[in-house]
Amino acid sequence: MLAVLAGVVILHLTEIIILIISTSVNAWRTNNKASFDLWYTCSTLNAGYHCEGSSDADWLQAVQALMVLATLFCMLSFIFFLCQLFTLVKGGRFFFTAVFQVLSSLFVMSGAIIYTVMSPDEKDGSNSYGYAFVLAWLAFPLTLISGLIYIILRKKE
Amino acid sequence: MEEEEWNNKGGPGAGPGSGVWLGINGYPAPRAPRPHSLHSSVSPALLSSLILLVSAPALAARRGRQTEAMLTLLVLTAAVLLGAAPRSDAIVIYTGWERHALVGSDVRLSCSFFSWRWTSEDVTFSWSYRPDGARDSISIFHYTGGAPYVDNKGPFRERLEFVGNPARRDGSILIRNLDFNDNGTFTCDAKNPPDIVGRPSSVRLLVFEKVPIQAGVITGAIIGVVLGLLILVVAIYYLMRFLVARRVFNLSVSKHGKKGKGKEGSQQRQASVLVDPSKQKAAAASEKKKQESRREKK
Repeated sequence: MLAVLAGVVILHLTEIIILIISTSVNAWRTNNKASFDLWYTCSTLNAGYHCEGSSDADWLQAVQALMVLATLFCMLSFIFFLCQLFTLVKGGRFFFTAVFQVLSSLFVMSGAIIYTVMSPDEKDGSNSYGYAFVLAWLAFPLTLISGLIYIILRKKE
Repeated sequence: MEEEEWNNKGGPGAGPGSGVWLGINGYPAPRAPRPHSLHSSVSPALLSSLILLVSAPALAARRGRQTEAMLTLLVLTAAVLLGAAPRSDAIVIYTGWERHALVGSDVRLSCSFFSWRWTSEDVTFSWSYRPDGARDSISIFHYTGGAPYVDNKGPFRERLEFVGNPARRDGSILIRNLDFNDNGTFTCDAKNPPDIVGRPSSVRLLVFEKVPIQAGVITGAIIGVVLGLLILVVAIYYLMRFLVARRVFNLSVSKHGKKGKGKEGSQQRQASVLVDPSKQKAAAASEKKKQESRREKK
């Protein structure tokens, strides 16, 4: 029925929102003094809240690129899904959509793994991972499942 | 000769920046008549000419009274901009913004200027240095009267070299064997008499042990490469489809009479689906059928 279609679309939109939030929000790693993310290091000093750019480390830039690419590919796959919904032949599969979705999940996975491995640890262990990091890890299985659904889904004759 | 005179005046703070400008003989140099204001307004002139250049072909393509009116409006605007522009006879000095260098290496600090006058023989270049955190700057280089005078007492003695070409308005210097103490701001001041009104320009020198990768370079590179590959793959895919369709179309035309082989027949049908302009009908029908199939799946 339309329920499958609606479910797939809602899942896809949820993933896009999760990826956007995860890429942009400043909560990948938190401290009692400061919060770090891919782009800025924001700290609440006595003078208030101010942010400065993150370090130029090459791994951080790679994570930035991968997260941006994952978001981009997820949005592109949604657009392709809407296109293919109206232009696919009978019995066809949503290959384009599935390919982009799976690529997006791979990028998110790579980005999250690189960040997990390379993020520096404070000696006293006061660093804890923020919710944006959790969202990034959450986005990976969701996009993978969504991509597999698109591979299986087909327009029946 | 004049060299001795100039050497006495060469101490810090007594350069050509202070006091009345003196000519070679020691008398105030006569002021040449200023050029017409047409020469002085660079940016408005450029802007209006660019606008004219861009819009003229577009307007010329269309005809009618409206285009004539617009053209005259443009010409009037350009004339107003040119005529009412403020006169700016100043000399403009260009240096870099920041220079990054490794410890122990050499760095070339470039300084160039723009002036509406011809490069005179009395052109001077003057470099001064202010260490990071200090408030005062000291003069380290001066070029005047056709001869360069490098620092022989200050922090850059025997490390400074003049590598510029004053005839080509280049007053660059080369500093050898950098050290962490060389971090600071270098200011270049150039004068092209009688065009002496200008603002000195500064370049910051940063000395590193290891030159860091600039922010965003790797990010941009990765994103660019992936998107480029994507576009390439999509283009190749559509190209292959187009070529296959055309080849099959040619084959089906050549083998018109024969009953084609099964493979070719199906390819023909596929080609007709690809090239068929009445896809919308098929799409609408398939959309309905898809919804039915979903109902069936459920």
